[in-house]
Amino acid sequence: MKFKLAFAGPALTGIAAACLFVTAGTALSPASVAQDANADARTLRPAASFQSIANEQERSVALFTEAGKVIQHPRCVNCHPATDRPLQGASMHPHQPPVFRGDGGMGLPGMQCTTCHSAENIPVVGQADTVKSIPGNPAWHLAPIEMAWEGKTLGQICQQIKDPARNGDMTMDELVEHMAHDELVGWGWNPGAGREPVPGTQAEFGELIRAWVDTGAACPAS
Amino acid sequence: MVTFTLNGQERTFDGDPDTPLLWVVRDFEKLTGTKYGCGVAQCGACTVHLDGMPRRSCITPISMVEGSEVVTIEGVSGKEADAVKTAWAGLDVPQCGYCQSGQVMSAVALLQMVPKPTDADIDGAMAGNICRCATYHRIRAAIHNAASSMEG
Ligand code: FES
Ligand code: FES
Repeated sequence: MKFKLAFAGPALTGIAAACLFVTAGTALSPASVAQDANADARTLRPAASFQSIANEQERSVALFTEAGKVIQHPRCVNCHPATDRPLQGASMHPHQPPVFRGDGGMGLPGMQCTTCHSAENIPVVGQADTVKSIPGNPAWHLAPIEMAWEGKTLGQICQQIKDPARNGDMTMDELVEHMAHDELVGWGWNPGAGREPVPGTQAEFGELIRAWVDTGAACPAS
Repeated sequence: MVTFTLNGQERTFDGDPDTPLLWVVRDFEKLTGTKYGCGVAQCGACTVHLDGMPRRSCITPISMVEGSEVVTIEGVSGKEADAVKTAWAGLDVPQCGYCQSGQVMSAVALLQMVPKPTDADIDGAMAGNICRCATYHRIRAAIHNAASSMEG
């Protein structure tokens, strides 16, 4: 019985907060507001829907900001760390066990990514519900240090990925191709059991980046 | 049916292809030198060599091992393995011993890749092998001793 009460705690707090929200005068029911917020975090607006923004530069910034829901997601930033150590999990804590960049971002001799990571996500067997799979992909490796995103604002990341010195010497067309079709980028939408995927689909993300480039690749101010 | 080489001998396994290699090695092949510590690639106790590279067997489905060579603590051989064995015995490295087959497999793999490792090389390669008895200082010293013994 005690356990049930303990688990009811956060839910009751949630309802109390929702009630406050109603008294603040919103027309929407608290439940639908919460659902909309969740759906918004899990989906991407189609690139075409940004046509309603008449000013091209504003439209470009809005497109990149929408794509930023993917770019700044832990699934992406965790392997674009600012140090030589990858991050891990939704909380983006330093990777456990401690592993480091090494040659080509594939780990140090004796402790390469492939010591534990495989060409696909591997479900773990006979474990607690909190650990469901070990992530994997044939190209599993860290992004080079000049492509570090950890700790940067979306505006800074935007400037960075346009800069050939910090984007792997890619042209804008190559960048669109990378975002839309790269297999390791695509892992973000298929991260294995127990991990939240990045929002939308890779095709939708690729279209946002394409439209952003076509509108002049303007960057958010911050 | 999965066919692979285990310590130089051809073996087959016709159970669930998702069965972890560790379970096949311990429960079916009865090679119990390789240990189960965590089951989620966090401790290193289950380290084997898969096609010559260190690999956590607890998160390696047997289906992945088709056509591959697996070496466990029972079968590891060569000059690095000999040097590690001598160095380990010389310094009495293990305390309870539970982590040690994983430590040895990681140490041998390191020496195969980096014959004269620095402290940083050792820390990098061994960081995934946890020892609850904290024999880390002896492990590091023994790896240096093993490297020195192979020189010349
Ligand atoms: S049992 Fe495999 S790493 Fe712990
Ligand atoms: S010797 Fe006891 S766990 Fe390492």
